Amino acid sequence: MATPNLFITTTNMFELFQYSFAVRGFEAGIIIGLIAPLIGMFLVLRRYSLIADTLAHVSLAGIAIGFLLQINPIVTAIASTVLSSVVIERLRISRRVYGESALAIFLSGSLALAVVLISLAHGFNVGLLNYLFGSIVTVKQTDLYIIGGLGAVVAALLFLFYKELVYITFDEESAQVSGIPTRAINTLLIVLAALTVSLSIPIVGVLLISALMVIPVVTALQFRQSFGKTIVVAELVSLFSVIVGIAASFYFNLSTGGTIVLVSLVLFALSLGFRKR
Amino acid sequence: MSVDHSLNIIEVNKVSFAYKESLVLKEVSLNIHKGDYLGMIGPNGGGKTTLIKMMLGLLTPTSGTVKLFGQDIRTFKEWSRVGYVPQKVINFDVNFPATVFEVVAMGRYGKRGLFRSLTKEDRRVVQESLRQVEMWEFRDRIIGDLSGGQQQRAFIARALAGQPEVIFLDEPMAGVDAQAQDQFYQLLKKLNRDLELTLVFISHDIEAVVNEVTEIAFVNRTLSYDDDPKKFVKEEMKKLYGDSKFIHHHHKHV
Repeated sequence: MATPNLFITTTNMFELFQYSFAVRGFEAGIIIGLIAPLIGMFLVLRRYSLIADTLAHVSLAGIAIGFLLQINPIVTAIASTVLSSVVIERLRISRRVYGESALAIFLSGSLALAVVLISLAHGFNVGLLNYLFGSIVTVKQTDLYIIGGLGAVVAALLFLFYKELVYITFDEESAQVSGIPTRAINTLLIVLAALTVSLSIPIVGVLLISALMVIPVVTALQFRQSFGKTIVVAELVSLFSVIVGIAASFYFNLSTGGTIVLVSLVLFALSLGFRKR
Repeated sequence: MSVDHSLNIIEVNKVSFAYKESLVLKEVSLNIHKGDYLGMIGPNGGGKTTLIKMMLGLLTPTSGTVKLFGQDIRTFKEWSRVGYVPQKVINFDVNFPATVFEVVAMGRYGKRGLFRSLTKEDRRVVQESLRQVEMWEFRDRIIGDLSGGQQQRAFIARALAGQPEVIFLDEPMAGVDAQAQDQFYQLLKKLNRDLELTLVFISHDIEAVVNEVTEIAFVNRTLSYDDDPKKFVKEEMKKLYGDSKFIHHHHKHV
């Protein structure tokens, strides 16, 4: 085994970009790094942070279906999360089940389904493990097209409905009185969250997605800035974490998802120190 | 006065509301006219908030009809004519990352409509609304960093920014200290007189309401209405407590 090279010189700095998988990983990582905190901003402020985690578990069931049917797991993950997100929102509105209970049911239910499906497909394999914890090696060229295309759709929709989302997030009742179609926009938000979760799987992995949506936002919130500036700070934290995380995971042969999340946690810890008053 | 006080802005006709099995409101009728400053009082659980929420389309009556500006509320679309100041000061997120300006700008969102961003004109109206409530110099402050009274003024500015004809206020004094309350009542009076805004005001503070409003409604499952608040309250209190205990008022120190 070669000793790990802890000194990154300019020559091996660019070595990274000689591997097409690494370039793809970076491209996918940056797209996700841009979208995740945008969605996360609304989820965190609406106390919906757990939805990201729930949808991530649902996506695992989707991935298992993909493996079983030999379809691209991202496609089946997208289908399962989007569908479940709409059902979760319906359940929440109907008030037949408490909001958190609806999430708990989906979280454990989809995990159960995933585990059963995995056992049907004769147990865990390396591919599946990559989906659990994320790895830049997982990103295939078609994945990159899907991530880029749907990422652009998510960003465009967030931009179009930005002011309605902000108003509903701050004060849903007043937003409704002012004539904003709150139900439709709530559904849109959760569907976009589902899409973002599915797209993030190859890079950060099922188990760590919510971190990328939540930690940069919570970090940015420590600075008590305007809504607009808070989004900018969250984006910077997220991009820094993704880029440094992917690079570090490449050079030191670490888990990509785990490294990204740990980098963002370090930034979060620093932000706590900066907190005013 | 140039305001046509005979014009009905809101017509509530024999409205009942039941939550699960229990009747919250029973055949309530009420007309609110242009330029009214209506105070709505009554015990907790008496149905004040339920009634307001039905007038705002947030709740649907079990029976009866509500008309806003002559139109049935179920088909009403001109929501920018209605402003709303919710019971926010006590239950909004003080860590929410929004400046006073951003909060007040939300008042323009419904008017602007989907897919459109705010224009220069919107910003001008936001500025004007902030000046109206004397909060312009606080525009860049985070809303959660302000005092209860300042936050409440910002929420009024948000309602004003929509340039409504009527503003509903649900317990706006909750969490606001006594001095700020006085300022707040002066502001409401100014809005009612100078801007000819119709105000519908829920409060549990009977004494204060009686001295401020021009019409009063007492809501406790049913509704009684009068356009002489002082006389009305005297009589209602007599019915409730007998002659000996006239208005008894506790100042809550928060």
